[in-house]
Amino acid sequence: MGKMIDILCSGHAACPGCIDAVSARHVLAALGPDCVAVMPPSCMAVIAGPQPFSGLRIPVYQASLESAAASACGLRRALDVRGRTETQVVVLAGDGGTYDIGLQCLSSAAERNENILYVCFDNEGYMNTGAQKSSSTPRYAKTGSTPAGKPTRKKNFTEIMAAHRVPYAATATAGFLRDLVRKVEKAKSLRGTRVLTLLIPCLDGWGVPEDQGIAVARLAVQSGMFPLYEVEDGLRYTLNDPPKSRPVRDYLMSQGRYRNLGDAQLDELQREVDADWARLEQRAQASAVQ
Amino acid sequence: MSPGNDAVLLTGNHAVAWGARLARPKVVPVYPITPQTPILELLTEFQAQGELEAEIITPESEHSVMAACIAASLGGVRVFTATASQGLMLMHELLHYASGARAPIVMANVNRTIASPWGFWPDQTDSVAQRDTGWIQFYVESAQEGLDTVLQAFRIAERVRLPVMINLDAFYVSHSLEPVRVPPQALADEYLPPYAPEHYLDPARGESWGNVVTQEMYWRHRRDIGGAMDAVPEVAAEADREWQRLSGRGWDLVERYRCEGADLVVLTMGSMCGTAREAVDELRDAGHAAGLLKVRLFRPLPAAELRRALAGVRDVLVLDRNFSPGAGGVLHQELRAALYGTAAAPRVHGALAGVGGVNVPPAKIAELAGRARSSEPLPEAVWAR
Ligand SMILES: Cc1ncc(C[n+]2csc(CCOP(=O)(O)OP(=O)(O)O)c2C)c(N)n1
Ligand code: SF4
Ligand SMILES: [Mg+2]
Repeated sequence: MGKMIDILCSGHAACPGCIDAVSARHVLAALGPDCVAVMPPSCMAVIAGPQPFSGLRIPVYQASLESAAASACGLRRALDVRGRTETQVVVLAGDGGTYDIGLQCLSSAAERNENILYVCFDNEGYMNTGAQKSSSTPRYAKTGSTPAGKPTRKKNFTEIMAAHRVPYAATATAGFLRDLVRKVEKAKSLRGTRVLTLLIPCLDGWGVPEDQGIAVARLAVQSGMFPLYEVEDGLRYTLNDPPKSRPVRDYLMSQGRYRNLGDAQLDELQREVDADWARLEQRAQASAVQ
Repeated sequence: MSPGNDAVLLTGNHAVAWGARLARPKVVPVYPITPQTPILELLTEFQAQGELEAEIITPESEHSVMAACIAASLGGVRVFTATASQGLMLMHELLHYASGARAPIVMANVNRTIASPWGFWPDQTDSVAQRDTGWIQFYVESAQEGLDTVLQAFRIAERVRLPVMINLDAFYVSHSLEPVRVPPQALADEYLPPYAPEHYLDPARGESWGNVVTQEMYWRHRRDIGGAMDAVPEVAAEADREWQRLSGRGWDLVERYRCEGADLVVLTMGSMCGTAREAVDELRDAGHAAGLLKVRLFRPLPAAELRRALAGVRDVLVLDRNFSPGAGGVLHQELRAALYGTAAAPRVHGALAGVGGVNVPPAKIAELAGRARSSEPLPEAVWAR
């Protein structure tokens, strides 16, 4: 990677060691300055800074929590009318603003294939309000609203978006930066609704030491809990390196939110991950022979 | 049909759509709801025929419609939309958002009962319930007034940088066919120059909107919105005068109908004004000095003008086609607040007349007027139909 031009400035308000900020820095650098950001309330919106400061060198519209994608569509059309058709409209949203309260308008934007890049900073919970569960929180993770562990699975957001047949839906994480930057660049080169989901280990919310965010992000991928893949036009699945190579136990034990997990629960999560991985491999193979 | 100065038959909805077309909005997000849908349909038809150069957005809900309106407006272009009833309710959070963002959006709202239970009837509770959202509100009585008010609304909105809601009663106005003069495009263009905002979101400018502010900044921002609202009566009066000069039609902010020497004045908004005119005529024929004050601009309430118009009047009968449980009729409340403390204020009588769309014939209004003249006002509004 060459010298990057920072769009996210230093001095922002993220927790020290936060992966949200690192990820945003690289996403924005890859997009460049001809860009307008839309942010619903989330850690990212806090990082963007309080008035009169701005943590970003591009215009930011802070939308309401449930309306990021709809707002992005309005801005997109206004820019088009003014002839700024090459300007990227990028949404930087949390998983709560995406998987939950904002899913309806995102689905609608995707159905219309609006020309926006939607980046979900998936820290698997409502961190801005003190770490409650979202529908992205994985099974058995403890949060402020699921103190005994969440009893149900993490929603499969990328498949939901792929089912809209959007041109591009992919997962990535700052733990594998080259892959992340490549995906941002690829998304930038396409038109229509493009969706990236970035896994963001949240230090405070997950119970991860300040210097371990990247290591945990890597474990998430290596354990198969957060596979790296991309889906083109909703049909062509490609699995990206690295493949699943470690037991989920290694990943789960790195975080406070899975403390006191029993062996039976561990085994159950391992079985889920194995089955999900097998299904993904099947899809990738089926795409390859197409 | 082509625009010109000849009258054509249009419904209130279609007249509003024509007004919007003549204003040349660039982004039009829309969502259907009875009885607003004909506005949406005519606008999308205009656009499909190449007669309206606008980006139409068809999101999944009114909530997203308003979200798109705000962001498009902050993107620096003119924005129009229309809704009714439940749609307006769903937008509520973003109505505040829009005025906070100082987005000069113009929206038509067809006044319809709010569920539950379901109904499709004329009732203004939907929009009067939005009176604290920072939107300027007009209530129109006819199709022609609807068309003209859309054009005036853009002029006002863009001058004071606040959004404007134009309210028309379900069916009585939205679906009644009336002769309407559709002004030529050149006239509309002369009245309403292209939108050229001072601030907008663009990478070349680097301005942002919505970051967290301090108490002090929030306080100042709210005070500024108040200042913009305070300027509205004057700006709206100018907009009306200028429209009168160009088109020959003016509507006033508060219209006085046969108020000369009146000792009793009926005060109401929207389609009820048509019925009240008849009642006033009947009362005058019977030798009673009765008049009508039509409140066309409801937010901000032109309090000074109302006080002037009611000076020397003995009784005011307020007809509210809305109901705020626990408070009564909203216009009744507002008028009493506007008159409080004024010397020799008239006696204010309130009637919840036509709530839920029930018919209120002229004879009923005359009867209520008769009762008002002969009895002390009650603290609460009376239910009437
Ligand atoms: C309509 C509405 N409900 C609730 C809130 C409060 N709220 C602000 S941020 C947030 C959660 C955000 O979670 P997520 O999108 O995952 O972002 P994160 O903070 O985790 O980055 C909530 C519930 C709000 N701003 N608006
Ligand atoms: S709460 Fe978590 S995601 Fe949010 S800024 Fe802190 S570490 Fe980052
Ligand atoms: Mg989150």
